[in-house]
Amino acid sequence: MSVTAPVAPPNTPNYNDPQIVAEQIKTKYPDAVESSSAQGIVVQSDQLREVARYLHDELAFDYLNNVTSVDWQDRFEVVYNLTSLERGGAPITLKVNAARENPSVPSLVPVFRGADFQEREVYDLMGIRFEGHPNLRRILLWDGFEGYPLRKDYKEPYYEEEKKPFGSRWDKGHHVIAEDRNPWHDNVQYPSNFDAVAYKPPRDQIQVIDAAQAAAMRLRTDKIVLNFGPQHPSTHGVLRLRVTLEGETVRGVEPIVGYLHRNHDKIGERNTFVGNMPYTDRLDYFTSMANNLAYALTVEKLLGIKPPERAEYIRVIMAELTRWQNHAVALGFIYNDLGAFYTPLIYAMEERELILDLFEATAGSRMMCNYMRFGGVARDVTDDFIAKCKYLVNERLPRRTDELEAYMVGNEIFHSRAKNIGVLPRDLAINYSTAGPVLRASGVKYDIRRAEPYSIYDRFDFEIPTGTTGDLYDRFIVRVAEMRESLKILKQALDQFPAGEIMTGKKNYQVRVPKGEAYGRGENPKGELGFYVVSDGTANPYRYHVRGPSFINLTALNDMCVGYKIADMIVILGSLDIVMGEVDR
Amino acid sequence: MAFGLGLLNGLKYTATRVFKTYVGDFKHLGRRYDDKLFKERQSVKGSGIFTVQYPEEKLPVPENFRVVPFLVYEPALDENGKPLIDPATGKEMIGKQKCTACGICSKVCPPQCIWIVRALTPEGKPKPQPAEFYIDIDICMNCGSCAEFCPFDSIKMDHVYELANYERHVSHIYDIGVLSKPASYHAKIHPTDWAAEEAERAAKEAKKK
Ligand code: SF4
Ligand code: SF4
Repeated sequence: MSVTAPVAPPNTPNYNDPQIVAEQIKTKYPDAVESSSAQGIVVQSDQLREVARYLHDELAFDYLNNVTSVDWQDRFEVVYNLTSLERGGAPITLKVNAARENPSVPSLVPVFRGADFQEREVYDLMGIRFEGHPNLRRILLWDGFEGYPLRKDYKEPYYEEEKKPFGSRWDKGHHVIAEDRNPWHDNVQYPSNFDAVAYKPPRDQIQVIDAAQAAAMRLRTDKIVLNFGPQHPSTHGVLRLRVTLEGETVRGVEPIVGYLHRNHDKIGERNTFVGNMPYTDRLDYFTSMANNLAYALTVEKLLGIKPPERAEYIRVIMAELTRWQNHAVALGFIYNDLGAFYTPLIYAMEERELILDLFEATAGSRMMCNYMRFGGVARDVTDDFIAKCKYLVNERLPRRTDELEAYMVGNEIFHSRAKNIGVLPRDLAINYSTAGPVLRASGVKYDIRRAEPYSIYDRFDFEIPTGTTGDLYDRFIVRVAEMRESLKILKQALDQFPAGEIMTGKKNYQVRVPKGEAYGRGENPKGELGFYVVSDGTANPYRYHVRGPSFINLTALNDMCVGYKIADMIVILGSLDIVMGEVDR
Repeated sequence: MAFGLGLLNGLKYTATRVFKTYVGDFKHLGRRYDDKLFKERQSVKGSGIFTVQYPEEKLPVPENFRVVPFLVYEPALDENGKPLIDPATGKEMIGKQKCTACGICSKVCPPQCIWIVRALTPEGKPKPQPAEFYIDIDICMNCGSCAEFCPFDSIKMDHVYELANYERHVSHIYDIGVLSKPASYHAKIHPTDWAAEEAERAAKEAKKK
């Protein structure tokens, strides 16, 4: 059975075409559209919010995929990608221009709450103000940071050259230790008038409940603000949660992120297109194969090439193995957060080891696979790989999935800890731009593999599991069900596995990518991993942005936790399944 | 279902796992590190605990495994065509570096951790040979791009992963001496790749004639 993307009824206009959407906007707001093309609709900045609201309310563009910005040196451009979860298909692109001096555009948080962290990120790294944003502060960098690193005129402390390859490496390439290039061996630049003693950081925002609410609950405890992390084993990495507590009840959570920030975007712009591949491994280091795939898909869109059949199958096999192991470990970690220390997690890890063995034998590394290439994959798989993979997929992993379900989902203590905890209602899940299992657990049947099938996913028969209430329990069982679906896809892929080439065209170490821009995405185990890439026709991307699903899923954390106990908050965080490498980028 | 049955059912799995883990140990009672048992346990059919007693036990690395690259050189040969051995180090003596100092690896290297100085002829003309070759292994991300794109098969990824050191500045900057390893070493750790390269070379030779 082959399943295709949902098709709109014949008489409704095709809203996946930006031109048609632009015409629709013009009927309501005649002078809002500056221009429109296949690359996107440019809107007047003063009418942006109205247009967004119109798209959201009337044209059912209810999901904000991605917010980013481009520095065109004479102006800034803020880019929004919107989709309709109902209709599916590729996202449309909305753009607004901002002046180079004091850039500012209206905030879209009143329409899409999922814009919250993303606009803060744009403000932080590009310096564009979002008027009307409820909490516009730096998010990834520290508050006293000088400058806006994604601007083209920014130079970092170890700045060497605008683009790689650096001229100093060859053919007279004497080695210099990077720290030696900086007089104080220090990679922090301070503002010129910076006084470390007098410096006071702006206060973190604290959520406060009003007096009436407190009286209604008749609590005689005091409110306390607790800093949770950044060095805390249950925060899944270096994440700080600023929690307002009343007794044991959570009244507000503010995630404070950026401890692992390295400006992946800027590194990506210095790198060549090919050189970015191993860096994508380090985003969500649990799912490097899937990250590779999403990046390769995006650049292939610009290049206009397609990998050969065999490579497509290999890609799907790798991506689905990745999904299985990611979910297994995520479930183990949720159990860890519940207090069932390590036994279920280690059981999951064991199976993961076997999958990683396969990755290692093919790609050369267990976690940092660097395996996909533009137009194919780096190495062919061996017969031994196929044999082992078949055994895993047909025998071992289904058995393990059943076992895992029996001892994890069957446990009554788990039921009492997970049911009706951390509820994220459907409309909030959509409005917060959550993605992946978190979105589906809230009852939204949306999976990019179906909504905008990439690679060869349209050939396989599989279901999209969804939850009903959007509680912790649903987020758990949706993952278990997805593991089964992954095995189903793997079984089909292995049965149909063709012989042939694994690469289109020749290997090229400096791929020149035609001028253009593309938003490409893949359904990663954690949600929609998107890449927004702008090419100016050279071997280095002009703009390279990553939409990290973990980062955006965190936006919803506050709403999921308020009203529950602090012990639940840890599990709710676990059920988001975040990886800090991707949150902080 | 009565409360607690699911929980007991779960405990059944942990109990089985404990049993399976120790069955293997009893089968080989007295032999602490058993090769056969080890292989069995680490295979896709293994059951029970997976723990590797590192460093007494080590997992074998697959051929494609990659850490820090090395440079391949052709050994110097004696009159019988046997490689000459340097008595001081016990290593094969360097006859010729395969590297032509073309610079592709240093250009493709994503974190730019390769530094190459091209050799010059006495007249000051560039020579297809590296005079110096550095890799800063603190920066190297073991991505394998250099080995993948080198057109002369002269840089390959190594299998040695125990790189810990007491000092990180001098000893972590590998120069050409540390990096160079004989072609026989490459053939040993990468038998499949080596065979493919040899076949390609033979085909090219045949074409020339
Ligand atoms: S690519 Fe190969 S031949 Fe060229 S400089 Fe690097 S190691 Fe030498
Ligand atoms: S393995 Fe990657 S990072 Fe290391 S030297 Fe080679 S290209 Fe550079």
